[in-house]
Amino acid sequence: MVVPRFWRERRYRYSLIGTRCPVCGTIYFPPRDVCPKCGRESVGKMEEVQLSGKGKVYSYTVVHQNVLGYKYQKPYVMAIIETPEGPKLTGQIVDVDPEEVHIGMPVHAVFRRIAEDGKAGIIQYGYKFVPDKE
Amino acid sequence: MRDVAIIGAGETKYGEHWDKSLRNLAVEAGLKAIEDANISAEDIQAIFGGNMSAGSFVGQDHVGALIADFAGLAELNVPAIRIESACASGAAALHAGYMAVASGLYDIVLVGGVEKMTDLPGDMVTDILAGAADREWEVFFGATFPALGAMMARRYMHEYGLTREQMALLPVIAHKHGAMNPDAHFQREVTVDQVLNAPMVADPLTVMNCSPVSDGGAALVLASADIARKYTDSPIKISASVAANDYISLHERESLTVSKSTVEAGKKAYKMAKKEPKDIDLAEIHDAFSIIALLGIEDLGFAKKGEGIKLAEEGQLYYDGDLPYNVSGGLKAKGHPVGATGVGQVVELVKQLRNEAGKRQVPDAKVGLAHNVGGTMTSSIIHIVEVM
Repeated sequence: MVVPRFWRERRYRYSLIGTRCPVCGTIYFPPRDVCPKCGRESVGKMEEVQLSGKGKVYSYTVVHQNVLGYKYQKPYVMAIIETPEGPKLTGQIVDVDPEEVHIGMPVHAVFRRIAEDGKAGIIQYGYKFVPDKE
Repeated sequence: MRDVAIIGAGETKYGEHWDKSLRNLAVEAGLKAIEDANISAEDIQAIFGGNMSAGSFVGQDHVGALIADFAGLAELNVPAIRIESACASGAAALHAGYMAVASGLYDIVLVGGVEKMTDLPGDMVTDILAGAADREWEVFFGATFPALGAMMARRYMHEYGLTREQMALLPVIAHKHGAMNPDAHFQREVTVDQVLNAPMVADPLTVMNCSPVSDGGAALVLASADIARKYTDSPIKISASVAANDYISLHERESLTVSKSTVEAGKKAYKMAKKEPKDIDLAEIHDAFSIIALLGIEDLGFAKKGEGIKLAEEGQLYYDGDLPYNVSGGLKAKGHPVGATGVGQVVELVKQLRNEAGKRQVPDAKVGLAHNVGGTMTSSIIHIVEVM
C-alpha cells in the first residue's frame, strides 16, 4: 500500500472527526457526504464535527485467530463502542484484561498504532479504546 | 415479466480440491447442469457467474470470459458476465439470470457460481473475506469477519439470553445433514461438546460455529417457463427472486440482532411468491456463522425474535422435522465456496423438489426457500422455488 491511502484518512482517524447532517442533526462516524435519512437535501451541507472519544461497550469479542498484520498482539479484544454523540465505532480495547470486558463498560478513545505493513512498510495509526478509571 | 423455470442443476463436491483449479471447478459444475438440462451449447444465450474474489484468491479477474472460454463457448461468442455481492455472489448471479429470462431478453441462460479458496494460506483467506465488511472502518481496526459475527452473537446473547450450548445445536444439525450428503465438505456428525470445545476463533464463536474455507462450483440452467417442459419433465419454478441491502458496517446499524436486509427481502419474496413462512417445506439458510443462521430463521418469519433456537431444541430443523433446515449440510457442513454457495443452495432445493436427494430427502417437498447473505447480513438475497 502507498502512503495516500492512510494519509487521506488521518484527520478522521487521529482526531475522531465525523459529520453532522444540518437538516436532521444526526451525527455520523466515519464521515459521510450524504445523510441516509435526508438524502439529497443534505448533499453539500454535511458539517464536520469532532467526537468526544467517550463511549460504552455495545458488543465485543476476543479474537484468537492469526490475522494479517496483527500477529504480535494475539489474542486481542475487538469491540463496537456506542458514543454519547450517537455513532457507534469499531475498535480494539487495550490495556485491559479480556476477562473484564463487558457490555456497558465505560471506555474512551486513545491514539495508538493500529498495524504495520511488514518491516519496511507504513506504520498505520488510529484510535483504540481503554477502560475509564473507576 | 414472464415465469422462469430451472431446467437443469449440477455442482461439484465442495471441499479442498488441491487437484482442481478455478476453471476446472466452474466447467465441471456447468457441464453437469447442461447435461442435466439436456441442452447443447448452442442453446445457451448468456452466462451469469457468481464469484466473490477470484482476483484476490487466485489472481484471476474476467472470470466470466475465462469460464465461458473453457466451457467451450468461445466459438459461439456467448456473453458471460461475473456478478459480485460478497458471499451472496451466487444468489446475485441467479437474480441476474432470473431477470434476464423473465424480461424476455433471453430464453435460456446458464447461472453459475464458483470459488477457489484453498490456494492461499488461512490468514490471507481471512483477510480477503474481510473485504465483505468495511475495509477502512471495521477491518482496518482489526475486525476480522468472524470477529464481526462474534459481536453479533455476543449482543444477541446479551439481549435474549442465548447460551453457547444452545447456539451449538445449529452446527450439530447441519453436520447431521452433511453426513448424508456425498457432495458435502464434511460428512461426519458432531456433538454439542465438540462444537463447544473446538478452538476459539472469536469468542463466543469456536471454529465449529464458523463455515469452512471450501473450493467448489454450482450451476443452474434457467429457461422461460413456457418452454421448460421441452427439456425436462420436472421443471422447478422460481416463484421469487428478491434482494435487499443494509448498512455495510455493523456499527452503523440500530440493532445487531435483526437483519433488516433479510426482513425486507423476506417480506418481498413471500409477496412475490404468494407464500407465507408456513408454506415453506424446506429452507437453505445462510449459516456462515451460527448466529447468522439464527437471525435468518427469525427474520424470515419462521420464529419470533429471540425464540429461533427453540426450533432447534424441539428437533424441528432436522430433515424430517417441521422446518427442514440446511438439509444439504448448509455452509457449515456442505461447505462455503463463497461465490458458489447461493447457487448451490438452489441446486439442493432442486434435488429435493425432484425427490432426488437420497438419504436426506425431505418427505413431500414442494416449496423451498434459499437465503444467501453477503457480508454481516449486509446483502440478503432470497429465492423461493416450487414444483410446477
